[in-house]
Amino acid sequence: MGFINALPGAVAQGLIWGLFAIGLYISYKILDIADLTVDGSICTGGCVLAALITRGVNVYICILCAFLAGALAGVVTGLLHTAMGIPPILSGILTQLMLWSVNLKILGKANLPVSSRKYDVLLSSINNVSSIIVGVLFCAIIIVALWLFFYTEIGLTIKSTGDNEHMSRAQGVNVNFNKVLGLAISNGIIALSGALLVQYQGFADVNMGRGAIVIGLAAIIIGLSVSLKIKPNFVCSLIGVVGGAIAYYLVYTFVIFLGIDTDFLKMLSAVVVAIFLAVPYIKSTYFKKRHKVHATVEPETAATGEEGSPTKKEGEENA
Amino acid sequence: MLKITDLHKTFHPGTVNAKKALNGLSLTLNEGDFVTVIGGNGAGKSTMLNAIAGVFVPDEGTIEIDGVDVTNIPEYKRAKYLGRVFQDPMMGTAPDMEIAENLAIARRRGTRRHLLWGLPKAERESYREVLRELGLGLEDRLSSKVGLLSGGQRQAVTLLMATINKPKLLLLDEHTAALDPKTAAKVLEITDRIVQDNHLTTIMITHNMRDAIKHGNRLIMLHEGRVIIDVSGEEKQKLTVEDLLAMFARASGDEFSHDRSILS
Repeated sequence: MGFINALPGAVAQGLIWGLFAIGLYISYKILDIADLTVDGSICTGGCVLAALITRGVNVYICILCAFLAGALAGVVTGLLHTAMGIPPILSGILTQLMLWSVNLKILGKANLPVSSRKYDVLLSSINNVSSIIVGVLFCAIIIVALWLFFYTEIGLTIKSTGDNEHMSRAQGVNVNFNKVLGLAISNGIIALSGALLVQYQGFADVNMGRGAIVIGLAAIIIGLSVSLKIKPNFVCSLIGVVGGAIAYYLVYTFVIFLGIDTDFLKMLSAVVVAIFLAVPYIKSTYFKKRHKVHATVEPETAATGEEGSPTKKEGEENA
Repeated sequence: MLKITDLHKTFHPGTVNAKKALNGLSLTLNEGDFVTVIGGNGAGKSTMLNAIAGVFVPDEGTIEIDGVDVTNIPEYKRAKYLGRVFQDPMMGTAPDMEIAENLAIARRRGTRRHLLWGLPKAERESYREVLRELGLGLEDRLSSKVGLLSGGQRQAVTLLMATINKPKLLLLDEHTAALDPKTAAKVLEITDRIVQDNHLTTIMITHNMRDAIKHGNRLIMLHEGRVIIDVSGEEKQKLTVEDLLAMFARASGDEFSHDRSILS
């Protein structure tokens, strides 16, 4: 009975994290960048909302500001990578660390309650049904907006930037600008999910983003493993990713219900994600017949050959 | 159309790996020239094309395309003058995107991209005709992911992308080298047709001397980062592979004896 009662809460949280996973999908799947900024920017979104709403600002304006703050964090990571030539993973880690200080300053202290009784919030764990409705609405709006955007002239070139940077440059695409723009949108959406999460859980905390990327990756992997089999297009992938986040939280709730030591939950998430990420490699390396191994060698690595180092060039051609 | 003046480029300067890839290369192309480029390994063929495309900035020298000095213009801005096809069939197309989407991105090369619909229905349909002309049966696969195509098909699509917006200069970097002989012949045939139909100024690198003689109106040979042979017109039509080899021996041999005479 306890598990059934916890289901609506799991779905509501799943929807909020679905939004996070959509943001992560943009950097991880479309831009092909493992962006570690997200652990910081989800917290930034939450902190901005908490700081503003406790000062009496309208909740919608708070959410907009959270989005913009996250987008700014994405721009910082993007510029560290494209203008300074720092590898993307390191750029993300650096921004994440910067955000730790920024988030603490925004919040003013380590923890700030945002009570649904005191402030006019959109969703709260006290009322799961309305939280689910708000969550579905936000996911739907973001999915439609992204669907439209990624089929515009600019959107298509962001996809091609992640898919084949070389081709994109040859077709006159400013790949550096596109990476910054993509990371800004990604982290903006992630901060938005942070803003919703703070309202739902009723407090903001500077530690709330730790390990978020793992939850997002789990949602993406679970979601795509199903949605790609049904219909491999953009909108279905995003819906699948939200579904993946909900599935993750249902399992999470179930595991808690089983009475497992909650100290192990993050370990469990990481192990599950590690296994899923390793499966394609293990399959192709250890379970393939000898004569087939050749077929898995991608000639893509040949790339430009000896001419100039790509990282140096990226620094030079930045605009 | 294209004017390269005294181009120099050394990779990894100041190290034991220092390599002089371009050593005073100069080349002038007239409108409508179809130049084939041959030369041994490390002669600077690909380096020359990459310099024209803006993959790196040369140490010395200038590059002008149609009267515009592009030497310091970044690669993505220079792309509006250029169509490029690479040796590796994987390099010229985005594998996870549809054929039509790839063409739509190429169609907008050199124009400012907006928040407008990236691939309107009418435009998508128009690509059916363009693809039909390739004769590879791709006209019914507009929505297929490019990654599902064969190497030859991908090169043909890349060729189409390079020329869909008539470029001032078409750069072909051994674009048939990775294909089997039959497919290579087909892609070369398509290349000839597109270049002739659009009167494109073209530079084509090839490792096959026969192809170099058969195609185009002008042939140059690079050696140690500069042009050592430049034949065109009737003289080029009459060339044989043996002639070329003899010319190469003479051209590079002359230089060699010249060096030795300085030393002694």
